[in-house]
Amino acid sequence: MWSFLTHLLSPKRFFTVSHQLLPWLIALFILSLSYGLIGGLVLAPKDYLQGDGFRIIYVHAPCAFLSLFIYAVMAVAAVIGLVFRIKLAFLVMRHSMTLGAGFTLLALITGSLWGKPMWGTWWLWDARLTSELILLFLYLGMILFQSAIAQKRQGERATAILVLVGFVDIPIIHYSVYWWNTLHQGATLKLLAPSAIHSSMLYPLLAMTTAFLCYYAIVLFLRVGYDLTATATNHHWLQDHR
Amino acid sequence: MESLKTFFHMGGYALYVWGAYGSVLVMLLAQWFIPWRRWRLYKRERQKLTHE
Repeated sequence: MWSFLTHLLSPKRFFTVSHQLLPWLIALFILSLSYGLIGGLVLAPKDYLQGDGFRIIYVHAPCAFLSLFIYAVMAVAAVIGLVFRIKLAFLVMRHSMTLGAGFTLLALITGSLWGKPMWGTWWLWDARLTSELILLFLYLGMILFQSAIAQKRQGERATAILVLVGFVDIPIIHYSVYWWNTLHQGATLKLLAPSAIHSSMLYPLLAMTTAFLCYYAIVLFLRVGYDLTATATNHHWLQDHR
Repeated sequence: MESLKTFFHMGGYALYVWGAYGSVLVMLLAQWFIPWRRWRLYKRERQKLTHE
């Protein structure tokens, strides 16, 4: 198992796979983003209650989904890094943090911009909003914590443990709309049940979510690639003594 | 022309809708641009070092 994972997650294999995948991911990103934007802003009909204001869903829901998805990826990477001591897993975890923090901040900003005209307020201490804000603080805390520890390996392991401890917030965010009385609506997209919105509104939403997932994968591949290359080409004091 | 005006007006929600899309655009560009720029600077420094 260990040798299989180290082979699968080796830097060399990562470079090969990411270079093969990148053009396809970029193409899928452009296609799904184009369809999502045209479908969401032009083709989808107005909501009968919210009018054109509902179109914020096409950026808000994918950002909120990505904020949770990226944390789940980080938690898996943390487990792989801690158990199998694979460097690539720690790199994925580290570079996902800033992306996750960005998407969480965007979910809060776009949610606030949606909340003002619909609820009459920019912010309220609602269960969903508060737990999402806690997630943003978790991301920021982990970024600061990792950079504060001087020894890289110790920092990575300690951050991985922190990621796993913070994972408790993810089901709280997801189920907050069912566990507490909140102003926030329930899930629009469901895996095991029919979705709560009409297909003319649903397909652009799925396209935008796909575009955001592709964006995350593209930027993550690029960032990890830069980091690996920088580490491999760095000057080492031993080279002067050869 | 009128339909374009109606589109940008967003039924009176223009500030909120375009504000949301604009903030997403800025953040997505920044998340890609900042590491890319850092990488370009790093490569330039490496090239300088190898020439020296």
